[in-house]
Amino acid sequence: MMAIFEYAPAPESRDIVDIKPSYGLFVNGEFVDGSGTPFKTVNPATEETLAEVATASPDDVDRAVQAARKAFGVWGALPGAERAKYLFRIARIIQERARELAVLESLDNGKPIRESRDVDVPLVAAHFFYYAGWADKLEYAGFGRRTTNGHSGTKPLGVAGQVIPWNFPLLMLAWKIAPALACGNTVVLKPAETTPLTALLFADICRQADLPPGVVNIVTGAGETGAAVVSHPDVDKVAFTGSTEVGRIIARAVAGTDKKLTLELGGKAANIVFEDAAIDQAVEGIVNGIFFNQGHVCCAGSRLLVQESVQEELLASLKRRLATLRVGDPLDKNTDVGAINSAEQLAKIRELSEIGESEGAERWSPACELPERGFWFPPTVFTGVAQSHTIARDEIFGPVLSVLTFRTPAEAVEKANNTPYGLSAGIWTEKGSRILWMADRLRAGVVWANTFNKFDPASPFGGYKESGYGREGGLHGLEAYLDV
Amino acid sequence: MVSTVTTSLADVASSDAALRAFLHGLPGVDRVGADQRAAMLGTRSIKTTAKAQAIDLAISMVDLTTLEGADTAGKVRAMCTKAVRPGGGAPKVAAVCVYPDLVAVAVEALRGAGAGAGVKVASVATAFPSGRSSLDVKVGETAAAVAAGADEIDMVIDRGAFLSGHYMKVFEEIVAVKAACGAAHLKVILETGELATYDNVRRASWLAMLAGADFIKTSTGKVSPAATPPVTLVMLEAVRDFREATGRQVGVKPAGGIRTTKDAIKNLVLVHETAGDDWLTPEWFRLGASSLLNDLLMQRQKLATGRYAGPDYFTLD
Repeated sequence: MMAIFEYAPAPESRDIVDIKPSYGLFVNGEFVDGSGTPFKTVNPATEETLAEVATASPDDVDRAVQAARKAFGVWGALPGAERAKYLFRIARIIQERARELAVLESLDNGKPIRESRDVDVPLVAAHFFYYAGWADKLEYAGFGRRTTNGHSGTKPLGVAGQVIPWNFPLLMLAWKIAPALACGNTVVLKPAETTPLTALLFADICRQADLPPGVVNIVTGAGETGAAVVSHPDVDKVAFTGSTEVGRIIARAVAGTDKKLTLELGGKAANIVFEDAAIDQAVEGIVNGIFFNQGHVCCAGSRLLVQESVQEELLASLKRRLATLRVGDPLDKNTDVGAINSAEQLAKIRELSEIGESEGAERWSPACELPERGFWFPPTVFTGVAQSHTIARDEIFGPVLSVLTFRTPAEAVEKANNTPYGLSAGIWTEKGSRILWMADRLRAGVVWANTFNKFDPASPFGGYKESGYGREGGLHGLEAYLDV
Repeated sequence: MVSTVTTSLADVASSDAALRAFLHGLPGVDRVGADQRAAMLGTRSIKTTAKAQAIDLAISMVDLTTLEGADTAGKVRAMCTKAVRPGGGAPKVAAVCVYPDLVAVAVEALRGAGAGAGVKVASVATAFPSGRSSLDVKVGETAAAVAAGADEIDMVIDRGAFLSGHYMKVFEEIVAVKAACGAAHLKVILETGELATYDNVRRASWLAMLAGADFIKTSTGKVSPAATPPVTLVMLEAVRDFREATGRQVGVKPAGGIRTTKDAIKNLVLVHETAGDDWLTPEWFRLGASSLLNDLLMQRQKLATGRYAGPDYFTLD
């Protein structure tokens, strides 16, 4: 009898995806060349080049904005029910091409196929379905009804310039494009330079759905392209998800203009475990909080606040559980933790982890073999962390957990809120009244109770303080795209 | 994990109040989280060599069961033959499971099979499946099954007593049946479908283990839902924690509703990623089932030959 049960490799086939050697920009319904120097996008799990992608110059961006402006005349004037038809069609095509999108997302981003298949892509389709449903009901969203005296609560803003990050490339695209289109705006979207491919596949889906040309424009490139998008004078609305550092630059660029702005930035969330928590599920929540998507999650539960009375048993359970995490090939269906998205991000995670060690926190990782090529970092836990440690303050944006302790609920709140960020928080207790007491006091846009990293298109998402402003998702998410 | 256990374990079963305090002091189980974890583990993709290994392992863990009012000596003999020779060179199953009056038939049949050595005879006792009888009857039935040659006794707990908080009654019954088992192994059926909550499943698991269970078993197979993945998950966590607290290893047997190879493999994945590989042998993990075996055999042949054979190529005993 074999004593050990080893899972054989179970790779998802990449044959379903047809990656072209090079990609242009998607402007006015057509793929066109960019005038900037093209860049390469790589598979972070292998460092293999996947494709060459065009860089949009400021002139290219201008053409995209002009196309969006022209299309706005048509799109913004369509009855909501007509816009909904396109959005429903896009949602259905996303479902039909789900496997293709999931494989491409995992290839370009490094995230496990289990997550792109079971979380990212289903949520993307759900977002389009959700906002398709709003398109003809905007007058009932609570922002005012169209009246005969000229007041309109449902007017779109115009052209939206949107810049999205590399951690959830397609999902962040959906968060941006679905509400914008439902409200009657047109968009110019710039995906991150390390993960442009699913956005370009989405462009193909727009064509498949017969979306009028210019309603969605995708411009690829690095920071300069993004800067050209947000600072373009004919853009009415800017939406950005990414680092707080870049968010500040954008806020400065937009200041003094008529542009509306929403920012969804960094986080350093506290995941708070009380002594009466359901320990096994809390452990799962901690794992899901910080190791989901390699910790490349702005709302990641990167600070574990555990009540001192259960610290020992909780950490023992957590470490035992982490030893079962399967780190490796993102396309293997049994992989739990994939590759770090880029060499640059890996360097940042390494640097902060070294600072954690040099400042005296205790570092631990389960035994795990990392592939030789590609960008990899083992799941890592720092214990003995205090609020004054750098790794308790700075967003690491990687699979690194900082463990702190507390004695009382009041102290838990104090430590949880003692951060410049305020995007999310988690509470683990079997006591319902304590959940409510805590949720009232936590300064975070999302508070999860006995769960973590749960997303739904009907639920608004956004931050306090340096985590940004404005809300995406749900009814609240409409407001950012309406002239209210 | 339950660090308070070791010191107080001896006193835990001194009264209903003490048992209650202990069982209700165990960490709770969050239903949403447990369901989610079990569902995630259900997505594990077990292919090629791992699948071949899992199928043979699952076959060797089957408690091949017939528990019908219409059972006869002939039916039991036929099942015993199949238990020893499932067909196609597959390993023999772990045990056959029958009502007490048919234990002697099974023992005889397995002895006659020659190669039967190693296939255990398990019997449900204690007024299975409801357990609604006096303790004397339950103990008497257990003793009779053991005397007839049963290697393992599958008892049911008094769910009424458990749900009304009479934990001592449940505890004492298990202790009494365990005593009647002598050298036979005792599997304690919690009938989790009637306990309803995962908190109850965890408490009943600990109660049974404290009272001396060698195995904890989900269900009789007569109540739905039976062995759902999250229930098995919670029980695997319980045996894992119990060993950590006491040093004693207790086995787990999901039973009822496990019909396909996929179900069986999901169970093995649950064991592998929850309690660990120490439990991945027929000594510590069983699958209580009747129709499962043929699906395992069919998938086994498919894996070996690349083709599915029709149902008539697998015996129906």
